[in-house]
Amino acid sequence: MKTTVDLASDLYKQLDEYIDSLKGKPGILINVLHRAQEIFGYLPDEVLEYVAEKLDVPVSKVFGVVTFYNFFSRKPKGKHQIKICLGTACYVKGGDKIFERFLEELGVEPEEPSKDGLFSVHPVRCLGACSMAPVVLIGEKDFYGRLTPNDVPSLIKKYREG
Amino acid sequence: MPKIKTLEDLMKIKEDAVKELKLREAGKRGKVIVAMGTCGIAAGAKETLKAIVDAMNELGVEDVAVVQSGCMGLCDVEPTVEVALQGEEPIVYGHVTPEQAKRIVEKHLKNGEIVSDLVVKRGQV
Amino acid sequence: MPVAVVANTVLICAGGACISAGEKSVKQVFEEKLKEFALDSVVRVVETGCMGACNLGPLAVIYPEGIFYQKLTPQAAEEVVVEHLLKGRPVEKYLYKGPAGEVKAKAQEELPFFKRQVKIATRNLGVIDPTDIEEYIGRDGYFALMKALKEMTPEQVISEIKASGLRGRGGAGFPTGLKWDICRRNEADQKFIICNADEGDPGAFMDRSILEGDPHSVLEGMAIGAYAIGASKGFIYVRAEYPLAIERLNIAIEQAREYGFLGERVLGTDFSFDIEIRIGAGAFVCGEETALMASIEGERGQPRVKPPYPVESGLWGKPTVINNVETLANVPPIILKGSEWFASIGTETSKGTKVFALAGKVRNTGLVEVPMGITLRELIYEIGGGIPGGKRFKAVQTGGPSGGCIPADYLDVTVDYESLKELGTIMGSGGMVVMDEDDCMVDVAKFFLGFTVDESCGKCTPCREGTKVMYDILEKITSGEGTREDLEKLKELAQFISEASLCGLGQTAPNPVLSTMKYFWDEYVAHVEEKRCPAKRCKALIRYVIDPERCVGCTACARVCPVNAITGEVRKPHEIDPEICTRCGSCMEVCRFDAISKVSP
Repeated sequence: MKTTVDLASDLYKQLDEYIDSLKGKPGILINVLHRAQEIFGYLPDEVLEYVAEKLDVPVSKVFGVVTFYNFFSRKPKGKHQIKICLGTACYVKGGDKIFERFLEELGVEPEEPSKDGLFSVHPVRCLGACSMAPVVLIGEKDFYGRLTPNDVPSLIKKYREG
Repeated sequence: MPKIKTLEDLMKIKEDAVKELKLREAGKRGKVIVAMGTCGIAAGAKETLKAIVDAMNELGVEDVAVVQSGCMGLCDVEPTVEVALQGEEPIVYGHVTPEQAKRIVEKHLKNGEIVSDLVVKRGQV
Repeated sequence: MPVAVVANTVLICAGGACISAGEKSVKQVFEEKLKEFALDSVVRVVETGCMGACNLGPLAVIYPEGIFYQKLTPQAAEEVVVEHLLKGRPVEKYLYKGPAGEVKAKAQEELPFFKRQVKIATRNLGVIDPTDIEEYIGRDGYFALMKALKEMTPEQVISEIKASGLRGRGGAGFPTGLKWDICRRNEADQKFIICNADEGDPGAFMDRSILEGDPHSVLEGMAIGAYAIGASKGFIYVRAEYPLAIERLNIAIEQAREYGFLGERVLGTDFSFDIEIRIGAGAFVCGEETALMASIEGERGQPRVKPPYPVESGLWGKPTVINNVETLANVPPIILKGSEWFASIGTETSKGTKVFALAGKVRNTGLVEVPMGITLRELIYEIGGGIPGGKRFKAVQTGGPSGGCIPADYLDVTVDYESLKELGTIMGSGGMVVMDEDDCMVDVAKFFLGFTVDESCGKCTPCREGTKVMYDILEKITSGEGTREDLEKLKELAQFISEASLCGLGQTAPNPVLSTMKYFWDEYVAHVEEKRCPAKRCKALIRYVIDPERCVGCTACARVCPVNAITGEVRKPHEIDPEICTRCGSCMEVCRFDAISKVSP
C-alpha cells in the first residue's frame, strides 16, 4: 500500500519548482518551509528530510528551525483552521471565552483536528485587528470580528455546510 | 511603462493622478472607496463591496468606479465606505452593512442625496 | 505680486432642492460681494451636490472652519461675506441648527475622532488605492526619493533626518539619523537595510495598516535610507499573520520596479537598490533585531549579545540598518518638507507624531496619529470617546508585553518616550489597550507572562526559567492559593530577570508585573488574603448567581449554557449549579432581565 506521501509525488514536484525558482539565494530555508507547508498542509518528517537533502543542510537544522517557529506544524491540521486571537485586546474583550467555546462545540483539544478532519482550533498571538476584538481567522482570509461565544455554533455550521 | 528618470516624468504622473484623468477617461464621474484593510474585512467589508457592486448593477449605475483602499483608522465604525463624486465634498459612511450599502447606492449614487444617518466624516480624510 | 493663496472655500449646495429654494441668487451674491471686497482671489466658491439637509436650504459650508450656514437669503449671503469672510466672525443667526435647535458651528456628523489628528505616517491611509502606484505619486509619492537622489548627497539626507529629531517608532526610540550615520561610516563591500514589519506586540496594528494601506511609503523610505547608508539590498521582514500586507507589498514592489523606483539605476542615477520580502513564522522574539536577522538568514530566531550592533555587523556580518515600518513611512515627508517642519511638531525630546492603536474598552477603537506630547486623557477620552457601557476606566496598557499598565491617576501625563518610561512602561510600538473595572490586573499580568513564557526563545536561563516560575506564581494567586510570600518572591524574580536576561524580551518581561504591583497592589493583596478578585474576572474566585427576584424563568440562560449547569421550570426562577458551571459567562450575556451576576468570593 502506498503512503499518502508517496501518492504526493507531484506535490514534491511543486516544491522542487519553488526551490529552483529561488536560484540559490541565501537563507531561504524558512521560505521553503512556508511553501512546503502550503503544499502539504503540514510538515511531516519525510518532507523535512527531503528539504534538508534538497537544500544541502543537516536534517537537525531543519528540525531545529521547524520546532522553533509556531507557524510550522508537524501534525496534520483540520481542513478549516480556526485561529483564535488571544492578543491583549481580544483577551480583555473575551477572546479566551471564544476559544473555549470552539473547543467545546467541536469536542477537540487545541491544535488537534476534529474527528471528521474538518476543523482544528489554534490559539494565535495578535492578528492585528484589535479594533474588532475579539477576532477569529478561519483559513487564510476569513476574518470575523466582535464575536460573542454564542456566535460560535453558527460559524461552525457555516463552514460545515459550506 | 517607461521607467521614470526625471522630475518632469514624475510631475506628469502626479498631475494625471490628481486630475483623476483616469476616471474621466473611463467616463466615470467619481468613485466609491471601500476600506479593505484587515479590520474592514473582519467587519464584513467584502460583503459590503459585493453588495455595492450588485446594487450598482441592479440600478444601472455605471458611471462610478468602485475601488479599494487601506484602513482609514476609524476601525470602530467599519465597514467604512467613502463616496467621492466630482465637484462634491467626499463623504465617509460608517457601519455600512450590505443593506446600508444598497441604500447608499440608491440614494447617493443614483439620486444624489447624502444618507445623513450613516455619515461619519465629510471632506478630505 | 505674491501668489494669492486660497484662504477660504465656500461650498454652496447645488442640489435640486436648494436651487429651487433660491440658491442661484445666493451664489451670485457671494460672487459679487467677494469681488467687491477684492476677496475673489482668496475665497473660492464651489458648487456641490446635495448636502442632504434640503429642508434647511439653501445651505453653504465655509472651509477651513467647516461652518455650516442654513436658510440663506441674498441679504444673509451678503452678511456672511462681510462678517465672516472679511472680518472673520461667523454670523450666529444663520448658523446651522441641530435637531434640538442649538447652534452648531460644526458639521454635526463630524466625529471628534478626526480632530486633533496630524497625519504624517498615515497620510495616505484610506485615501489612496494601495494597489495603484499612480495614486501614491498623485499624493507626492516618490518625490522625496527624486529629491534625495538628484539634489542631495547621502550626508545631506542623513543630516536632514538627524535634524528632524525622528526616533525609532518600534519601541526603544533610538534616533534614526544617528543610526544611519553610524552605518554610513562603517566601510563594507555590502550593506543592508531591513524594514522590521514583525509587529508582534499584541494590541498594536499600525504597521499592518500602513503596509496594507500605503505600502509605497515604506518602499520609498527604505530606498532613501539605502541611498543614505550605501546599501544596495533591502529586506522587509513581515509577519506571516499579515497575508493581506504581504500581498499588497508584493504588488507595490512590482510596480516600483516597473516605474524605475527600485532595481538597477534607480531614476536613471548610479544608485541601484532592490527589496525582497521575507516572511516570519510566528516567533515574537524575531521583533528583536538580532533575532530578526538570524531568521532572515534562515536560522532559529534567537538573539545574540550586543555589541556588535547591527550597524557594525548585521545581516551576514554586514553593516545593517533596521528600521520599523512607521519610522520609514515618516522619512519621505521629512525629506520633502524639511526637518524644521517635522521638528516643529511634538515635544522637546520626542519630535513629530506617533500612531497609536486604540483598542480594548474604549468607544472609538482604531488608529490615530497625534503629535507627541498629547495627554493620555485626550487620547482616550477626546479621541477615543471614553469607556463604553458606563464603566469606569481602570488602566491603559502600553508597550505590549514589555510595557506596563498606567492607572487613572496619571491620565494627564503627556505621551512621549521619556514620560512613559518614568511611569514604568514604554512607548513601544504604540498599542494602547484600555481596561475598565471588569479587568483584573493580576490576570492581565498573568496574561503577559503567559505570552513571554510561550515566546521566550530559550537561549538564556533567566528568561526561559524565570518567567515560567513567575507565571506559576501568578497562576497560584489567581486560583486563590497565593500567599504574601509569593508576592515578595515575584518582586525578587522580576528584579533578577530584568537584570540578567540576554535580550530586550527578557529584560522587559517583568514590566507588566512590576507596574501592576506598583499601581494595583491592593488587588494582589485581595487575591492572596481574602481570596477575592475585585474585578470578578478570575474564574476560581467567582461564582455566577441568579437573582430569584429578577429572574422571570424565560429559560434563555438554560438553553445557552454549554454544560447544562442551569436548571429551573419555565416561568420560575432558575438556578446555577456552581459545581457544574464553567464560568463561561454565556448566561449573563443572554439574560435580558439583569438577573445574573458574578460574586466574589
